[in-house]
Amino acid sequence: MRDLILEKKKDIVKRWIELTIDTYPPEGGSFMKNQKNQFANPVGAAILNGAETLYKWIMSGDKDLSPDVVRRLDDVIRIRAVQQFSASDAVGFIFLLKRVIRETLLRDALKDKNDLQELFDIDSRIDSLALHAFNMYMKCREKLFEIRAMEIRNRTSRILERACMKYGAPHEW
Amino acid sequence: MELHDLPKPQDLMNIDLNKPPETGWMDTPTVFRNGTYSYPAAGKNLKILGLANPRQWSPADEDWKLPENWKEIILQGMKERLEKYRSFRLFMDICVRCGACADKCHFFIGSGDPKNMPVLRAELIRSVYRNDFTLLGKMLGRLGGGRELTIDVLKEWFYYFFQCTECRRCSVFCPYGIDTAEVTMIGRELLNLVGLNINWVIEPVANCYRTGNHLGIPPHGLVDMWQFMTDDIEDITGIKIDLPINKKGAEILFVTPSGDYFADPGTYTCMGYMMLFHELGLDYTWSTYASEGGNFGLFTSHEMIKRLNAKIYAEAKRLGVKWIIGGECGHMWRVIHQYMETMNGPADFLEEPVSPITGTKFENAKQSKMVHITEFTSDLIKNGKLKLDPSRNDKIIATYHDSCNTARAAGLLEEPRYVIRNIMNNFYEMPENTIREQTFCCGGGAGLGNDENIEMRMRGAFPRASALRHVVDKHAVNRLLCMCAIDRATLTALCHYWAPDVTVGGIHELLANALVMKGEKERTVDLRGEPLGDEEEDE
Ligand code: SF4
Ligand code: SF4
Repeated sequence: MRDLILEKKKDIVKRWIELTIDTYPPEGGSFMKNQKNQFANPVGAAILNGAETLYKWIMSGDKDLSPDVVRRLDDVIRIRAVQQFSASDAVGFIFLLKRVIRETLLRDALKDKNDLQELFDIDSRIDSLALHAFNMYMKCREKLFEIRAMEIRNRTSRILERACMKYGAPHEW
Repeated sequence: MELHDLPKPQDLMNIDLNKPPETGWMDTPTVFRNGTYSYPAAGKNLKILGLANPRQWSPADEDWKLPENWKEIILQGMKERLEKYRSFRLFMDICVRCGACADKCHFFIGSGDPKNMPVLRAELIRSVYRNDFTLLGKMLGRLGGGRELTIDVLKEWFYYFFQCTECRRCSVFCPYGIDTAEVTMIGRELLNLVGLNINWVIEPVANCYRTGNHLGIPPHGLVDMWQFMTDDIEDITGIKIDLPINKKGAEILFVTPSGDYFADPGTYTCMGYMMLFHELGLDYTWSTYASEGGNFGLFTSHEMIKRLNAKIYAEAKRLGVKWIIGGECGHMWRVIHQYMETMNGPADFLEEPVSPITGTKFENAKQSKMVHITEFTSDLIKNGKLKLDPSRNDKIIATYHDSCNTARAAGLLEEPRYVIRNIMNNFYEMPENTIREQTFCCGGGAGLGNDENIEMRMRGAFPRASALRHVVDKHAVNRLLCMCAIDRATLTALCHYWAPDVTVGGIHELLANALVMKGEKERTVDLRGEPLGDEEEDE
């Protein structure tokens, strides 16, 4: 079965990207699919590059996420963390891959027990990727609150510093 | 529970995966999600300015507490503006929906929300225009692309006109020169008529109107802040600067955004101005009255731009200066270039600006009598009037963000780059479809740079961030330069989120680092108090 998955890699990744982009409004989605310049279309580029790299990791035997995989996953999560998604929608695009693999393969594969075992393995790798993604998502959201607090503080940081100096109050952030 | 009872992941995600849009854009309701809209203006601020309908309300409420005849007021306001501003009527009439602008807005690129396509943003108002002001629309209604002004339409206006940073990137691509930023400006003016505005715009306006600057700091407070900076400068350079403040008969008045006085990293740029002018021995003055270069009137109404801008000329007249230099500010230059002369001019009591150091005549400033600091400084460098040691900035690897207003509205593209190339050794441009006239907005201009709007800002910031990350990966860039006080705040947040190793700063901060001053002690730290060399770098 693994051979089949590798053989169909292109189709699977393509379909996964499609489904992920379909989580956006249609006008936005069609732009993300069609504009090829990465700077004119950074969201599309992040999804495209992300899907390729993540798929490769899932099919590999690597235990840990390499820095490159982390970066690609982070690229997608970081933008989805500030878009109009709930937490589950933001991270859940990863599970769409399960569906794609089933749709693409089930008819042909799954002939014996080994195949089933293989599918479970892939599933659990997808799950673990999703867990990583959820951690990243949380970090992004925490970061947003941190930025909000920082901004409120910075806006007048000098005034406070000056006032503390003038009246002899200790000044530390 | 049986396994097959569990919802499948895609059900959990609650995404209908192959959905066509259930409703066309005209009928898709607006959702006010936390983090994607700005808080409304406080009643007290509206009162100070004499603006309509001061009250407590929230966009998330069902009832926005509008005056009963709100619709009449808006339509009447539209009628007046269609008569008064030829451009507005033109923009309503001539769009052929070619779509060239559609994918050029950073908010659309970052969100995929169709109503952030500039053509649709304008269509929000254009549909009402068709319905009520054109014969065809009156006859055909929806078939002719018209739409009645309902409360839901009004809510949509509020959401999407306060989701346009008036950056004008879209206008660069429109073959007809339609400027959606101007449509947004009119949209906001109309919203103001019934008391729909945001506090991040109205509070600075109210403060500025009363005390002359956005934070509402009184004159003695300002003087105090400025002295704080000269103290820091003395620590760093050993030079004591005696700052000219409200000096009658000075040759030049200097005006800069107040963001430069109170918040890092703007403060370092402000120290940079002080050091430069001191070194030149310039006959100039700061003013505690014209203490704000920014003009949030631009984000409110034409009338408000005029009210706030007037103080700069009034102060120039009172002090009897000959001309004005403006600091590193973005939208201030939009106001100066596009509106000042018609609104508050002619400034015939001032003289055509001539640099007292080089003798250069700034002919481009003949009308407004106001010169941008990078024009002034690049002319100094060109004429060899400054002694510079760029190696003092060697720790910094920089790229430059063209602020929307200085680049697109004022055409200041070469001057800042010329200065940058002369004050430092490591400078790299971002990809060309993201700089100069095509620059991407910081995501927080036009009053949207408030903290409650953070999610929307980060969406809009992504195109800029993606270009920035490219040069970070490729050249290890660690400083994002800009010449706009709004940018210095909003890009700081952008970097925190997208590129945490990058700091933000102004050009004159680095100029002052490099500036070799007469009688200075050997410099060991930069304006931020950080060591200049590598030796002490390990922490
Ligand atoms: S002016 Fe800027 S923010 Fe507004 S619609 Fe055009 S590109 Fe978007
Ligand atoms: S580019 Fe101009 S004419 Fe074309 S859709 Fe946009 S606003 Fe209309």
